[in-house]
Amino acid sequence: MQALIIAALCLGFMAQTALAGTIYVSNEQDNTVSVIDGDTLSLVDTIPVGRRPRGIGLSADKEKLYVAVGDDNRIDVVDLKTRKVEGSLPSGEDPELFVLHPDGRRLFVANENDNLVSVLDIPERRIVTEVQVGVEPEGMSVSPDGQFVVNTSETTSMLHVIDASTLELVDNVLVGTRPRVAQVSADSRQIWVSSELRGTVEVFDAQTREPLGKIAFEVPGIPRELVQAVGIQLAPDRSRAYVALGPANRVAEVDAKTFKVLRTYLVGQRVWHIALSPDGKRLYTANGNSSDVSVIDLENREVIKTIGVGRSPWGLVVAP
Amino acid sequence: MRLLLACLVLLMSIPALAENDAITIAVVTQEREPVQPVSPLDGEIKDEGVAGARLGIADNATTGRFTGQRFTLSERTIPKDASPVDAIHALAADGIRFVVADLDAQVLLAAASAPEAHGMLFLNSRATDDEVRNEACRANILHTAPSRAMLADGLAQYLMAKRWRKWFLITGRTPGDRLMTRVYRRAAKRFGAEIVAEKEWTFKPGHARTDTGHVTLQSEIPALTQVQDHDVLVVADEANEFGDYLPGRTARPRPVAGTHGLVTTAWSAVSEQWGATQLHARFEKLAGRRMNAVDYAAWAAVRAVGEAAIRTRSSDPSVIAAYLRGSDFSLSGFKGQGQSFRPWDGQMRQPILIAGPRLLVSVSPQAGYLHRGSELDSLGFDREESQCRL
Repeated sequence: MQALIIAALCLGFMAQTALAGTIYVSNEQDNTVSVIDGDTLSLVDTIPVGRRPRGIGLSADKEKLYVAVGDDNRIDVVDLKTRKVEGSLPSGEDPELFVLHPDGRRLFVANENDNLVSVLDIPERRIVTEVQVGVEPEGMSVSPDGQFVVNTSETTSMLHVIDASTLELVDNVLVGTRPRVAQVSADSRQIWVSSELRGTVEVFDAQTREPLGKIAFEVPGIPRELVQAVGIQLAPDRSRAYVALGPANRVAEVDAKTFKVLRTYLVGQRVWHIALSPDGKRLYTANGNSSDVSVIDLENREVIKTIGVGRSPWGLVVAP
Repeated sequence: MRLLLACLVLLMSIPALAENDAITIAVVTQEREPVQPVSPLDGEIKDEGVAGARLGIADNATTGRFTGQRFTLSERTIPKDASPVDAIHALAADGIRFVVADLDAQVLLAAASAPEAHGMLFLNSRATDDEVRNEACRANILHTAPSRAMLADGLAQYLMAKRWRKWFLITGRTPGDRLMTRVYRRAAKRFGAEIVAEKEWTFKPGHARTDTGHVTLQSEIPALTQVQDHDVLVVADEANEFGDYLPGRTARPRPVAGTHGLVTTAWSAVSEQWGATQLHARFEKLAGRRMNAVDYAAWAAVRAVGEAAIRTRSSDPSVIAAYLRGSDFSLSGFKGQGQSFRPWDGQMRQPILIAGPRLLVSVSPQAGYLHRGSELDSLGFDREESQCRL
């Protein structure tokens, strides 16, 4: 009986940890992607890629990894079985962040130096069109219903909304200074935008672009100027939002309904992009200045591990 | 009929609206002798400052496209030894209210005191003189160039973080060099450093370029720097006459900092962090060289006006000027924090870079220099110390 219980516990444990997935981290200054095993939470591999890797994302079948390598003006394609770059895709100049449309075939790429969002047809391997946006386009997100794509331009301080079928700008909304990341909620009804220099997150109605709320962050003992907002991850069940606070070395957990900040977690230095595990129970953070990844256990509300990766980890994505 | 009338009214109002929304910023520079670079690696710069303003207008215009605002730059030059009053008169006649002043302190003050200058806003992108931010301050001037005191304090904080407390000061022969030395002394006192020796540079400039120049320097500099022991040699040589000759030639093996060696500056060709790579990339595309501190201050001045115009959705100079001075204003200046203007003297708060010859070394304010308001106010003249009465 005892053995049975242990076996059941083991099974439960395995089922749970199997959901932890594999984490891929782009290291901006090392020209590599670090591979972290989500079960053992250890570094298992390092994949050489092109120069200045930043934006990172999975293909629709989750078998390939796309990595924007800005200084090489392309997107590298990594085969996740062999963990080798098997080719590349055109991206326009200096690609930074990108997002895969739910159709699985179009990649929307922010070209930081050219004030453009390029639309890439993956099977045809060509740029279908370019959309003129503000200065230094960065944040990219697509509505899960596939209707629209959003982009932020850092120096223009705008949220740009692009119709995903006509590929035309629908709206340009002035937001907080130096917007970094935009994310569309799971129900496609809200757009969340972080402002690095204001240290705030603004939430907009996706249809009307009316502001729904603005979240400010405070960390005792940290000067206001250094509490900045960068990476955003919205929980798929829409209960929570997680916001990376950059040089404040914290991640904030926000109630996604009331917009109240519930707590903050102390992570590595200059936390940049963040990613949830597939089961939503863990949050991984790329810490640019301390060159590591922090793992937050969201159920027990604690940071459980710090894993050293390459120099200046920037983006990260979790594969199931 | 009614519809037709409405259409007509609308059509007629379009050019008026567009006209109303155009914001013209002038960049006024004064004719100067081009500075001959000391190092063969540096080229002669002919568009210093103006090039930064051009990039600022391009950045403003991109955003203006989405807000329906138009930005134009008007470039003016004051002939050598001429009074700026005529130039101000011409600007007023053209209805220009925003002036990026790429001018030396005395010319800046003369310009801002001209009869028609009353309704204008000057953004000082060149003069680092503390005087124009203190006893000689004017209500119609904002400063995007840092003051010498900010540069000295930024350096002092870094040197104290390194525990390099004992300084040896070398001062050049220009008035600016003497002002710089004065604020180095002030900074030493504020942050607890000790000035153990002071010397003046009295040699002729530029002799390294002659065939035997290095021989002369090799004997002159050790003689000049033969002073009691120190941790660091702090140099004031704003005109680049000799500072580059010091590293590697001093009597004692000590680092050089200040205007040369570890350079304290608002911007540097070596800046990379906080998106500086992108700003440099845009600037290089436009000017064919890296952006320097004078270009940066002019860029920041034009961008500041643009940011205020866009945030207020206004082309009204008084609305824009009020917003610039307010607590809501924040410019993204590619140095990691928002940059706003100090209400007591119109100085733009900004981090100060400590730049090595090839890479960035540090950024001040250093950790631990706390301030009840903004830690950026630990650099330069704080509210209580300011002599400015607006």
